Amino acid sequence: MRTAEFVAAVAIALFSLYLMWKSGEGPSWDPDAVRFANIGINVNNEGPGSGFWPFWLSLAMLVSSVAIMVRCALRISPLARSRDVYLDSQGKKMFALVGGGLLLFLLLIEIVGFYGAMPVFLFAYIRFLGKHPWWLALAIAVGVPVFCFFFFDIAMRIVLPKQYLEPLFLPLYEIFL
Amino acid sequence: MEVVQLLFEGVWAALQPLNLGLAFLGVVIGLFVGAMPGLGSVNGVAILLPFTFVIQQVTGSVSSPMIFLAAIYYGAMYGGAISSITLGIPGASTAVATTFDGRPMALQGNADRALVIAAVASFVGGTISNILFTGAAPLLASVALRFGNPEVFALMLLAFATFVGLGGDDIPKTIVSICFGLIMSAVGFDIISGAPRLLLFDSTEWFSRGIQFLVLAIGVYGIGEMLWTIRSSRNTIKMTSAQISMKRIVRALLWFRSCWKGTLIGSFLGFFVGILPAAGATPGALMAYGVTKMVSPRRRHFGSGEVDGIAAPESANNAASTGAMLPMMTLGIPGSPTTAVLLAGMVIWGLQPGPLLFTDNPEFVWPLIGSFYISNVIAVVVNLACIPLFLRVLRMPFSILSSLIFVLSVVGTYAAYQNMYDVWLMMFFGIGAFLLRILDYPLAPAVLAIVLGPIAEPTLRQSLLLSDGSWMIFIERPIAGPITICAIILLLLPLAGLLWRLRRRA
Amino acid sequence: MKISFRLLLGTVVTCLAFALAPAHAEFSPTKPIDFVIMAGKGGGADKMARLMQSIVEKNDLADRPLIPVNKSGGSGAEALVALKSATDPDHTIMVTLNSFFTTPLRQPGLEVDIMEFAPVGRMAEDTFVLWVNVEEGVNSFEEFLAEAKSRGADWVMGGTGSAQEDQIITDYLNDTYGLEIKYIPYKGGGAVAKDLAGNQIDSSVNNPSEALGFYEAGTVIPLVAFTDERLPMFPDVPTLAELGNEFAYYMQRAVVGAPGMSADAQTYYTALFEEVYNSADWQQYKSDKSLLGDFLPGDDLKEYWGVQRDRHETILKASGAMK
Repeated sequence: MRTAEFVAAVAIALFSLYLMWKSGEGPSWDPDAVRFANIGINVNNEGPGSGFWPFWLSLAMLVSSVAIMVRCALRISPLARSRDVYLDSQGKKMFALVGGGLLLFLLLIEIVGFYGAMPVFLFAYIRFLGKHPWWLALAIAVGVPVFCFFFFDIAMRIVLPKQYLEPLFLPLYEIFL
Repeated sequence: MEVVQLLFEGVWAALQPLNLGLAFLGVVIGLFVGAMPGLGSVNGVAILLPFTFVIQQVTGSVSSPMIFLAAIYYGAMYGGAISSITLGIPGASTAVATTFDGRPMALQGNADRALVIAAVASFVGGTISNILFTGAAPLLASVALRFGNPEVFALMLLAFATFVGLGGDDIPKTIVSICFGLIMSAVGFDIISGAPRLLLFDSTEWFSRGIQFLVLAIGVYGIGEMLWTIRSSRNTIKMTSAQISMKRIVRALLWFRSCWKGTLIGSFLGFFVGILPAAGATPGALMAYGVTKMVSPRRRHFGSGEVDGIAAPESANNAASTGAMLPMMTLGIPGSPTTAVLLAGMVIWGLQPGPLLFTDNPEFVWPLIGSFYISNVIAVVVNLACIPLFLRVLRMPFSILSSLIFVLSVVGTYAAYQNMYDVWLMMFFGIGAFLLRILDYPLAPAVLAIVLGPIAEPTLRQSLLLSDGSWMIFIERPIAGPITICAIILLLLPLAGLLWRLRRRA
Repeated sequence: MKISFRLLLGTVVTCLAFALAPAHAEFSPTKPIDFVIMAGKGGGADKMARLMQSIVEKNDLADRPLIPVNKSGGSGAEALVALKSATDPDHTIMVTLNSFFTTPLRQPGLEVDIMEFAPVGRMAEDTFVLWVNVEEGVNSFEEFLAEAKSRGADWVMGGTGSAQEDQIITDYLNDTYGLEIKYIPYKGGGAVAKDLAGNQIDSSVNNPSEALGFYEAGTVIPLVAFTDERLPMFPDVPTLAELGNEFAYYMQRAVVGAPGMSADAQTYYTALFEEVYNSADWQQYKSDKSLLGDFLPGDDLKEYWGVQRDRHETILKASGAMK
């Protein structure tokens, strides 16, 4: 836990530094703008500039993350003293399966759209992770997308992307829309 | 008492079979839309807007279509709590604060109690604000007008103070969480200079539209919390399964007595924040939660299934939704996206919302106000009647429920903003939230911050633009001053407490 | 047997003919049409877009529904990029305003050339009027000039966005009349109108549709119209031209198609929106909200864009909002 807490604090600190750097950028149409000219509390007598808000908040985030690091190094925080493991082997396996599954789900959406990806994700999740009977997995994998189509595409008029499966839906539009 | 007579006539008009039917239909649609993660009343109202012309043509009355849309709006406020409690994903942005205590309560097997309290608190909040609306609309409209940018900023500061002053146990981690939310709310575009800013990794496609609130909220609650639950349960999760019996529901009604305080705070605060055109129901609900937690003797139990923690935000979001109707009708200024669409509707039907609406179009205004009361009653009855149905969701095996929650999170995010970038962002936030959650980073402050940030930053800068950079503007103005001072005192309280403890130790 | 074979052949030929026919026929949408709105929910552009959608739906003008999608990010940058990268340009149209000209100019990084967009039709031109709160005691443009001059930078003008329509007009007033009015950008016209009514700011250049409610209630009064002719709704309000300065400024309310839209599709949408334009509802709305401008289809609209883009480039360069 102690290492994990330390690593996370370092990552947050680095991210804060990046945000501080990014906040100082001038407007895109003005190539001559000086970096960090916009973070003042009173720029050109017009109050705070565009970088004021994100810059100082990023600094506060940086300071806090350094405080977390120090606490961690000195073993003051409860987590630094804890003997628990951040993610044990089973936790890692779960995270890889579910987290990875979710990312694959999104990738699949980019290729075959929501209605192609949804049945695959649901079936795989319920059948192989949940170990439920295949008929139940199949029923949900078919039922949910059908419900979603009627709810979102037809009733709510929110057309979910179909990507390469679009041609299959043209007749359905013809009938329902 | 002319108002009473007008109101009576209005209620009578709203009770006509056709209007009653429309209100019922609207409430049911609203409940459904509100309970769907990602969708809120705004979707329901916007989609059915064209349909209202048909209603107008058939009935020949301008109030009937509005009664229908207002009922959807009402229903959705009730519906938001349902998914917050049963699924743990906020059904709508207004119901985020309901997840804080509603979800833990459901996990303890008391989902029925949480749902009953949410419904009854919503009803009380809605009714109290209806009465305020009826009695003092023009007066309150003039109060709303006196809230300029400095006042709104002071109010946002107060909202923060109610959370930070009594927030998490781990101060540096709480600060990280708040700052993260506030910075993320600045991504995209700077309204004051008109320049794109903080386009992370220089990507216009990903960040030019900014980071939307629901992207973070669904990521944190739909994905992050879900992964966390799966991890801590080691796949053998046995959620204390919800028992369904009418007896328990009736008993839960009695429980409501113990949360009158949260309900009252929520109702009045929610209504007041709701009438301010800049704020709306989401900050209203969050503030109500913060204030109730602050004044409650049981504040340590908040976040682990406290009844007041459900009653306050739920009464507040309903009160605020009625409140938001006020600037829309009396000033022609929408306080929320939903009222903006309602306003568009009124304009299309040939009404001119504004200070003269009450005098020029009483035949529109009073039946509508009457229908607020009626819709509220319909909504609470329908909601209570359906609770056994909602509870069935919780009896599903967890491995099926979790897969549905994941799918709903993804589809809901897409539906809310209609682009895939936000869906990916939501997923990254969710996985990040899970990894930080293990390390005890509190995540609710980030969600709160991303709601308040987009209101706080522009009002801060507009105010300072107005005052030539002088910060005294927040102290000198008659309304902003007291609010700012309250906020500063609240912010300094923990510091004072710390000093006190140090002195005692020394 | 023989007959049935010929019958079969005939059927096949007929079927083929039918199958091939649509290739020559006019365009007609086969899926829901993405109707992108270049502004947030509740703004002037949004109201108008939803009115158009309602008219289409009410009169059943299109074979597939218009699906409104608000893309307001980055002053319209989000919408422009979305249209540029639309996968199906024949089913993607957008409602635009003047940020259609200014945003690509100010954000060259978007690499958007508005001349690549398909002109469908201009539905109206929105007008701008100078408003003050009635409590200022200012009743004419001359009195406004005198008062604003004496107060210098304490005179505050509220407006929508930065380096957009409202600021362009404010800059013009400052330059022409030697004023130092302070401009405060807001997110939307509604908030500006409300702050003017609450006397948080001293003046605004709202569209009539935004300030109408307060005008009718007697909270705000119009002083001058930035149009070529007096507005029928405010016959007593002079134009700036009458007061000696030829300056008129309008907000386009137009529908455009995604770059790469086929000519057939463009013809289809132009006809569709001309029908919307001619509907009684649209005409009623136009006169109620004091909108001007005739329907401007296809190439005429493109020509109009060219003129407007050049004009905005000149204005923005002069004010230092772009280099």
